[in-house]
Amino acid sequence: MEHSVMTRLGDGSLIRMTPSEIRADLEEATALGAKKAKTEPLAPEDLDQLLEIFASNAKFSAVDVGDELILSCDGSGNLDSGTRLDELYSYQSHRGADIIELYHIDYSYKAIKTILSFETQTMKSAQLNLVAPLQYGAMPDLGRYSQPDGPVANWSELMPLGRIDEARAAQEEAMEHAVRDMVFVAEGMIEAGADGLDFDTAGAAGDADLLAALRAVEKIKSRHPDIGIELGMASEFVLGMHGQLEFHGRRLAGMWPRDLVKVAAEAGVTMFGPAVNVNTTKSVAWNVARALTIVKPCVAEAEIPVHMNVGMGVGGVPMTPYPPVDAVARVSRAMRQVGRLDGL
Amino acid sequence: MQMTRGMRLEQAKAHVAGRLGVSTADLSDPLIMHEVRREFGLGLIPVQELTYPSEPGAIEAKFHISEVFDVPINSVQKFTEHIAPRAAARSVGAGVVSPRPEVSA
Repeated sequence: MEHSVMTRLGDGSLIRMTPSEIRADLEEATALGAKKAKTEPLAPEDLDQLLEIFASNAKFSAVDVGDELILSCDGSGNLDSGTRLDELYSYQSHRGADIIELYHIDYSYKAIKTILSFETQTMKSAQLNLVAPLQYGAMPDLGRYSQPDGPVANWSELMPLGRIDEARAAQEEAMEHAVRDMVFVAEGMIEAGADGLDFDTAGAAGDADLLAALRAVEKIKSRHPDIGIELGMASEFVLGMHGQLEFHGRRLAGMWPRDLVKVAAEAGVTMFGPAVNVNTTKSVAWNVARALTIVKPCVAEAEIPVHMNVGMGVGGVPMTPYPPVDAVARVSRAMRQVGRLDGL
Repeated sequence: MQMTRGMRLEQAKAHVAGRLGVSTADLSDPLIMHEVRREFGLGLIPVQELTYPSEPGAIEAKFHISEVFDVPINSVQKFTEHIAPRAAARSVGAGVVSPRPEVSA
């Protein structure tokens, strides 16, 4: 009888699987991922490496010595110990982060605009006290510009009524507000000494949300060519809430990481973060194989570093507030060893 | 190198290792890098009894990082912009700073 190993489902719960069952999961997931993202499945040798990683009883798993990658963070610290500066220092000196990020719990550029002077003062103090590169991060968060929270008509209410043109016009108007706010915050942060800006979960409200971020990046880089810009995706492909928006002649709706990384680089992004959703009812091995199938072509064709989003519920890491180290270690190793990611 | 130069991982490691005169594998070795960081003044991690008050730290180390790796660092540039004009004026013999007027009794 074939032995079994302890592994996990995408919700973090423990299960036992035999190596044959893990192999079957890997093959199924890469076939599904390839079909959905219209790309090639992982090569047999890639699946062999994944099987080696996941069919192990070891608590921890890691890349080979010398094959380490860069760890950037969308928000450093849990806001549960000391000040934000304390947490940044802890991430720099004790938790192995290579690029750290100052953030506010209301993680939205629209919200940050109203407290920018406080945030920039914290950035300035942090820059004087830290060595690791420190960026500022928040979300474009286009939905905040729709009524009742914002000034623009609510496109999510207009669309079910069939008022498609009005819904599109509302998103286009919201984009103008969002671009203005993102550039405003960026200017303040750069003046305070920030090494870069992070536009995290770009596209969470669809293609207009993403386009607003790309336009903001373009403006910021034209004024500050040496500033770092990280752009993180919100899901594995761009949702077409508007459907007709283009950046430099390329339609954004439905775009996968492989093409989006090129669009992002064109806008001036220096680090790109793809995100692939986790299926909580499938094994971690299944989720990693699917995520790698979608992201590997992006890494192969990218001209800028690719930092995969591997957090709670994305990139293969289980959907739980307390990701188990055995799962996180395996996902991280797989992303580098098989995916050849530049960072996480 | 990734953040502001957009370098891919292998390229970034090669650039950093080349500037420091070490191998790319050395970059993740804490013992080797402790000595290398000390040599180039790139900042060290204090460990209770082992503090380094006479070594560059934080913003000071970033001046060296910018120079050694030939990479612009925004906070270093801002720091320089903020202190340079006054620092120059205060320097001995600059003759720019007027003496404080004496307060009459």
